[in-house]
This record gives sequence, C-alpha cells and structure tokens, in this order.
Amino acid sequence: MEYEEAKQKILDGLTKKLKSKSKFYFNDLSKIMGVKPREAKKVVNKMVEEGLLEYWSSGSTSMYGMPGTGKQAAAEHED
Amino acid sequence: MAKHETPLLDQLETGQWPSFVTDIKREAESRAKNERNIEYQIPADVCEDLLGVLELSFKHGRTHWKHGGIVGVFGYGGGVIGRYCDQPEQFPGVAHFHTMRVSQPAGKFYTTKYLESICDLWERRGSGITNMHGSTGDIIFLGTTTPQLEEVFYELSHNLNQDLGGSGSNLRTPSDCVGQARCEFACFDTQALCHDLTNEYQDELHRPAFPYKFKFKFDGCPNCCVASIARSDLSFIGLWRDEIRIDQEAVKAYVGGEIPPNGGAHAGRDWGAFDIQKEVIGLCPTECMRYENGKLEINNKECNHCMHCINAMPRALRVGEDRGCAMLAGAKAPILDGAQMGTLIVPFIKVEPPYTEIKETVIEPIWDWWMEEGKNRERLGELMKRQGLQRLLEVTGFAPDARMVQEPRTNPYIFWKEDEVDGGWERDINEFRKHHQR
Ligand code: HEM
Ligand code: HEM
Ligand code: SF4
Ligand code: SF4
Repeated sequence: MEYEEAKQKILDGLTKKLKSKSKFYFNDLSKIMGVKPREAKKVVNKMVEEGLLEYWSSGSTSMYGMPGTGKQAAAEHED
Repeated sequence: MAKHETPLLDQLETGQWPSFVTDIKREAESRAKNERNIEYQIPADVCEDLLGVLELSFKHGRTHWKHGGIVGVFGYGGGVIGRYCDQPEQFPGVAHFHTMRVSQPAGKFYTTKYLESICDLWERRGSGITNMHGSTGDIIFLGTTTPQLEEVFYELSHNLNQDLGGSGSNLRTPSDCVGQARCEFACFDTQALCHDLTNEYQDELHRPAFPYKFKFKFDGCPNCCVASIARSDLSFIGLWRDEIRIDQEAVKAYVGGEIPPNGGAHAGRDWGAFDIQKEVIGLCPTECMRYENGKLEINNKECNHCMHCINAMPRALRVGEDRGCAMLAGAKAPILDGAQMGTLIVPFIKVEPPYTEIKETVIEPIWDWWMEEGKNRERLGELMKRQGLQRLLEVTGFAPDARMVQEPRTNPYIFWKEDEVDGGWERDINEFRKHHQR
C-alpha cells in the first residue's frame, strides 16, 4: 500500500471513532490499514515524524492518538 | 523549616533501614541552600512538594498522581514516563514530575566523571533525585517538567553520548550481568551481546509497535545474577556443553582445608571443617558426582549446570570449554496473568558476533509471531500459554527437545495437523468406495 493511502485510512479511521475513543493501540492501527505489523510500523513512524500521530504512554503501555485529541490533553492544558 | 509538615513520613525515618524520606529531605535541603549556585530550571522546592504530596496521600489513603501522558522527546515513543500531580495548586513544584529512563551501559561500568555529569545535569534540569538503577536496569531520573524533556535529551545525546532507555510497549533497555569483565564463570561475553542487540534493535527500543513490553536479559552463567530467567521475555543464560574442568590438586586443597570454600564467603562464622561429601557431592541435584580415593569424578552427561559445585570450589572446578548459552522465553511478573518463569526454547546456541543465528532464527521469528498474534497488553509468556509451546516451535522451526519438557503432560489429547499425517486429510472417494459400501 502507498504511504498516502495508508495515512488517509488511519486519519479517516481515527476520526470516525473519535467520539468514543481518542487513544489507540498499535494493533488497532495495523487493523485499520489491513497490513502486517512490520509494514504498519513504517507508516506509523512516518506519521509521528510528520506530527500526524502522537504517542501516549502509561509508563508500561503505549498508545497512539491524533495530536490535541482526547481527555488527557485537555486535562493537561495541552490542547 | 520544612515547607510542609510531614509527621507520617517522619515516622518512616525511625526504622533501622535506610530511608528514602531522609534522602529526599537531604536533597531538599541542598537545593534550598544552593551552595554551588546552580541555575535550577525547575522549581527549587520540588523535593519539598514531593514529600508534601506523599504525606497528603498517606493522610487520604489515596494517590494524588494521575497516570500516563503525552510526553516524550521528538521521535521517541519511550524513555519518558509522564507523571502529573492532581493537586498542582498546593504542590506546584511537582505539577509535572516526569520520569526519564536513561539507557545504562552494558555491565553498568561508569567513570566518576560520567556520574558527576549526569548528576549535575539532573540537578539543574530535574529534581536531582535519581534511582540507580531502576527495575528495568536503566538509570532513572525522577521528576522534571515537560519543557525540560527535550533539553535533558539534547544534553544527554550531544554532550554525554547517552541515549534514553525503553518504556511502554517497546523493547526495554537490555540488561546484563558483569560477565567476562570480572567474572570467571561467564560462558559468553554478556556485555558484547547486550550492547550489540541494543544497537541493532534501536527502532524496537524507541518506537513502540509491540503488544506490550519486551525484555532481553543476559546472564553469563546459570548463577543468573540479573535473574534473566524470571525477569525477561527472552533470557540468555550462559552454559557449556562439554565437561566441567577439574583440578584434582585444588580439590585436595579444599578437602584439606587449605582453600576456604565458596571463595571465603561464609567466613563470618565458624561452620566447622569443609566436608566435600556433605557440602558438594551430597547437594548435587542430579547426584552425578563422587569423591573416592582422593579423586573427584563427575558424570557430565547428567550434570544440569546448576553451578553449585563450581560456586563451592571455584579454584578446583571451572566451566567447560565449549561454551554458549541457553535461551528461555516468556518470563514475566504477575501484572495481568500470574507470574511465570522462562521456558527453555533453545537448549544451546553458540554466542559469536555478529550473532546472526540468534537474531534471525530466534529473536525475529518470535517477534513476528507475537506482533501478529499477541493481544493488546499480552506478554510473550501469555501468548505462549494461550497458543502453546508447540506453536512457538512451529514459528521458530526449532525441533522439540526433551529438555523443553518441565513436567509430564496434563493434556491427554493429541491433535494432528494435516502435514503431520501421511496422505493428509484428502481422500480419493472412488478408491474408498472400492472397500466400503454406501
Ligand atoms: C498503585 C499505583 C501504581 C502502580 C500499580 C504502578 C505500577 C507500575 C508498574 C507496573 C511499573 C513498571 C512499568 C514497566 O516498566 O512496564 C511502574 C514503573 C514506574 N512507576 Fe509506577 N505505579 C503506581 C504508581 C506510581 C506513582 C504514583 C509514580 C510516581 C509519581 C510512579 C512512578 C513510576 C516510575 C518512575 C516507574 C519506573 C521505575 C523504574 O523503572 O524503576 N508509579 N509502575
Ligand atoms: C480409531 C478409531 C476410534 C477412535 C479414534 C475413537 C475415539 C473415541 C473417542 C475420542 C471417544 C470419547 C469421546 C468422548 O467421550 O468425548 C470414543 C468413545 C466411544 N467410542 Fe470410539 N473411537 C474409535 C473407534 C471406535 C469403534 C470401532 C467403536 C465401536 C465399534 C467405538 C465406540 C465408542 C463408544 C461406545 C464410545 C463411548 C464410550 C463411553 O462413553 O464410555 N469407537 N471413541
Ligand atoms: S551470572 Fe554468572 S557469569 Fe554473570 S556475574 Fe553472575 S556468576 Fe558471573
Ligand atoms: S553443576 Fe550442579 S549438577 Fe553439575 S555436577 Fe555440579 S553440582 Fe552437580
């Protein structure tokens, strides 16, 4: 899959779910793209580099979200 | 005068053991005095507020920390653990109190200059409180504000040639025993392998794409000084596959009391004369040793490398010459599912740079399997339990080996797969009807 296509899939997928969820596991992203984790990782890395995705971490678990979305960001005045 | 009254914490200092409360108070005092005129980049009273919020938590019986956060340094998904206080007005010094994990050098060798440099850095840009070392093995910097994260990272990477460690759903900073640098028992160069894999798997360390955390730990011998067998998803334990080397003269010297057993470790009290029969032969778990007519013999085929005899008589017994390591998978602490020890998956493998066999036949196939099949927050050990050791053997292509069996099986069923059965599942119906009526 082309990067642009995969990127759009993720952005659409995450936007659609935004009402109920703002943080996603890596696996959720692979599923949205419909590709294997290794390939998904390349797309996700690039999206982080471009500032389209950001990491969230509890310390033990990592998740991804779109910048500025979600309760955590609001709570920390980082909107 | 302390900024906050802390009667509950003060009580913790009255025990006989060293107290973290005393340590933090000392740092609070040193920051207040600031004798070296440090330009503190975060509130000078961070340590006081840390004690204050802990006291409040003790009083309320509940925590005043939130959990997690969107913090980090650019491009890194791990290494920074966001911690925010939920009483920032009362304790502004710890409104942000993020942890940074700093990748410790293999074997934890430091120069004093390096230690001074990281302490100076953290005094200036953080709370000054460190944890040497954290449970993962890293140098832990405890407590700084969001704007300082990039600054600390810049100084670490540009001035100290130092990287962040792992946290989150990442490869965690690999950690090893001191190995061949100081220990004669080491069967492979733990530091070389630890360092090599740390560099090789930078992407896995810094950019989370695993279902959950993943740890490598390296022990040079079965004494397991870093407890890799219990604390890592993939554990490397040094061992030999030939024979324990025996110096019969030295054995006699132990028996004659000329050399103290266990390197003199039990010198604190008089345990009586060394009794080789009772203390070594009789404690060999596989009963494969004997001492007769002044000669020690070992039936090496039965030896399970427990290290007991070698630890007891290190001058007389040495690890063999054909050395490598065993690999075990799936150990974990009891967070989601119960605690688990590692399961043997590679009975013996040579450990030679550039470690291609280890990387390509063990690590990477296991990761591919776990990344595809692992559920969110499922450790490798839990996946192994869920899908079975047999599945792990399939994905790695290892032949089953009796040494992988820990106990008699509890499952009486055997389900054959099509490719394990001659002729498979397909049958020729015409051929079948020749022998069976409808
Ligand atoms: C009941 C409350 C808590 C639980 C159950 C908990 C659990 C954990 C766990 C499971 C880890 C290991 C994470 C990993 O490496 O995957 C961890 C690490 C850590 N936690 Fe907590 N935590 C709690 C409260 C806190 C609080 C209040 C703080 C600080 C404000 C904190 C700071 C840390 C730090 C700094 C580490 C890394 C320590 C190291 O690597 O040695 N935790 N915690
Ligand atoms: C290779 C051939 C056969 C296999 C693999 C086989 C397998 C099994 C299995 C697995 C069960 C237990 C089912 C359960 O309780 O869940 C069973 C039960 C039974 N089988 Fe077979 N079977 C075979 C041949 C036969 C033949 C030829 C007969 C009779 C002519 C037979 C009669 C029975 C009976 C009566 C039971 C029930 C026994 C009881 O519940 O006490 N089986 N068989
Ligand atoms: S694990 Fe073995 S090799 Fe490593 S330091 Fe301990 S005794 Fe020495
Ligand atoms: S290492 Fe352990 S099992 Fe092997 S001979 Fe020595 S005591 Fe026995």
